Amino acid sequence: MTAVAAPAATTAPTTARPSTGRAFLAILWRDLFVTGKEVWVFLAQVALQPLFMLFIFAKVLNAGGFVSDQYKNLLLPGIVALTAFLTALQTVSFPLIMEFSFTREIEDRLLAPLPTYLVAVEKLTLAIVRAILAAVLMFPIGALVLGGAAFHIGGIPLLALSLVLGSWAGAGIGLMLGTLVPPAKISVLFAVILTPLMFTGATQYPWHSLDSMRWFQIVTLANPLTYLSEAVRGATLPSVPHIAPWICLLLLALSGAVFSAIGIRGFMRRAIN
Amino acid sequence: MSVAVEVRDLVKQYPKRDVNAVDGLSFEVHSGEIFGLLGPNGAGKSTTIGVLTTRVKATGGRASVAGVDVIRDPVGARRMLAVVPQQTNLDRSLTPRQNLTFHAAYHGYPRAERNARAADLLKEFGLEEQADVKVDWYSGGMAQRLMIARAMMHQPAVLFLDEPTTGLDPQSRLFLWERVRELRERGVTVVLTTHDMDEAAEMSDRVGVVDHGKLLALDTPAALTHGLSGQAVLELTVTPGPADEPEKILAALQGVEGVERAERVGAGGPAGLPPGMAGFPGMPGGGGAPMGPPPGAAGGGVTLRLYVRSQPATLLGPVATVLAERGAQLTGVHIGEPSLEDVFINLTGRGLR
Ligand SMILES: Nc1ncnc2c1ncn2[C@@H]1O[C@H](COP(=O)(O)OP(=O)(O)O)[C@@H](O)[C@H]1O
Ligand SMILES: [Mg+2]
Repeated sequence: MTAVAAPAATTAPTTARPSTGRAFLAILWRDLFVTGKEVWVFLAQVALQPLFMLFIFAKVLNAGGFVSDQYKNLLLPGIVALTAFLTALQTVSFPLIMEFSFTREIEDRLLAPLPTYLVAVEKLTLAIVRAILAAVLMFPIGALVLGGAAFHIGGIPLLALSLVLGSWAGAGIGLMLGTLVPPAKISVLFAVILTPLMFTGATQYPWHSLDSMRWFQIVTLANPLTYLSEAVRGATLPSVPHIAPWICLLLLALSGAVFSAIGIRGFMRRAIN
Repeated sequence: MSVAVEVRDLVKQYPKRDVNAVDGLSFEVHSGEIFGLLGPNGAGKSTTIGVLTTRVKATGGRASVAGVDVIRDPVGARRMLAVVPQQTNLDRSLTPRQNLTFHAAYHGYPRAERNARAADLLKEFGLEEQADVKVDWYSGGMAQRLMIARAMMHQPAVLFLDEPTTGLDPQSRLFLWERVRELRERGVTVVLTTHDMDEAAEMSDRVGVVDHGKLLALDTPAALTHGLSGQAVLELTVTPGPADEPEKILAALQGVEGVERAERVGAGGPAGLPPGMAGFPGMPGGGGAPMGPPPGAAGGGVTLRLYVRSQPATLLGPVATVLAERGAQLTGVHIGEPSLEDVFINLTGRGLR
């Protein structure tokens, strides 16, 4: 018949000497391929919620005279940060919860010739890629809804760096949740974790505007999203008071490292009994 | 003969479990053979496969596949082995064909080669017509075939099949057996687990019987059945006389010279199908519905099985005498070899799992 039937081909599995790097790239390619295949699902997932938030908070409330014209400028960077953070978190957590339980889909990748922790690292990498795509998408969407998006060329390096680190932090939290939360508790995940994260992350308000609400201001410091929002705001609207960028970047990197480490440990525990 | 799989004093204790799932297991699988791990549910078969395929961390002992220590070098071991698990784990975001090509990509095969191999294997496993549909549309048998095809994509030296035919229809089962034998022809070592005696006997060159994480016996199916206490089995269909009971007849027959063990078939506990007729794969071991009448069925025959040391025919006389004395009528006689099922029950007992 063919190569399959030839005894030599089956007894000597040496045609391919898979390297760890190639296995990693192949797994990443699998996830990017699936993202591409379901690109409309991806767009709906990442774009719809921010679109409505911008429309209601900056457009509708503005038309009613409840918020000022200036607010929409403040809101957009927050929405960019929120989108990146949540996209990263959800890219890892939800599929992982399913793949480890009902579908067992991940098993074939766990049996690929690469160290198991790299499969988790691949998830983080994918999450960062998807989150940055989503964040970049927010600028044209924002411009479309708001009739203009504040942008500052000099802030691009800070913007890029903060988005990478902020997505990493979100992905790390997603990995942690994805390996800790049992599938039956997915709805709890939404209510108890995602909602507080969304609203304590300085996305809908600059952090310094909370000076008169000290206790809440302190609460928000526990949320890594706060630093991402502040960094993005600092990059796009340097004139608005914001937390110093270096503090933001440092804390984002720290969160990324800590949550990823916890997440990878959880992943290993789930992957190997 | 080289060794394809080596397991030495393997122990696995799951967290928060007080008994070991695998408890000091040792065995070797030779290159190019089909090796069956036979045991009741919960015996530790899947756990053993899990350790050998790097998915379960051993608590103690050693294990190697194709000469690679799976505990020290899991990445190296994954290059040499493939596994088809008990439950479907196909990638549902991909088509069947893509399940194969991506698997090969994970294993470092270049594009042209993985496409060619996927096409060949899809054809071989009768899936080429439905290679580009949704995996969700696949029946259990098709998913099973696709998983084996996927496993073969990276040309493993050892293929592990965990309960490969559980839940398959007879056609799929035959197809699978054929494919597995073909793999052996090509030099692939196959390790399969099953709780189905017929499957183990039919498929395996050698069988290891495990229970409670321990190896109870290991040999060819033929040698295992010969090693059983009785050399042969004499099966009688008897209509008890009035005011007599099958249990009393059994006790009487037990006293006949040359009878090792006597049991009633088909009434409650005792295992089922008569030797040589042990037929329908997948039937739960036991029950014996085809032969045994319901317990206490008035006037009906009872099936009694005698495990005998000597030539069964020479016992017919004494047996008939015992029966005649009790006024019981002998309506049927069947002489046979003990089946692997007898070995299995003999080794693992009758307790329900
Ligand atoms: N992930 C697990 N955690 C705890 N106990 C387990 C786990 N998997 C299996 N076991 C236990 O280990 C024993 C052996 O199970 P298993 O290897 O699946 O047996 P088999 O495949 O022979 O039916 C059983 O008692 C089972 O309950
Ligand atoms: Mg099992």
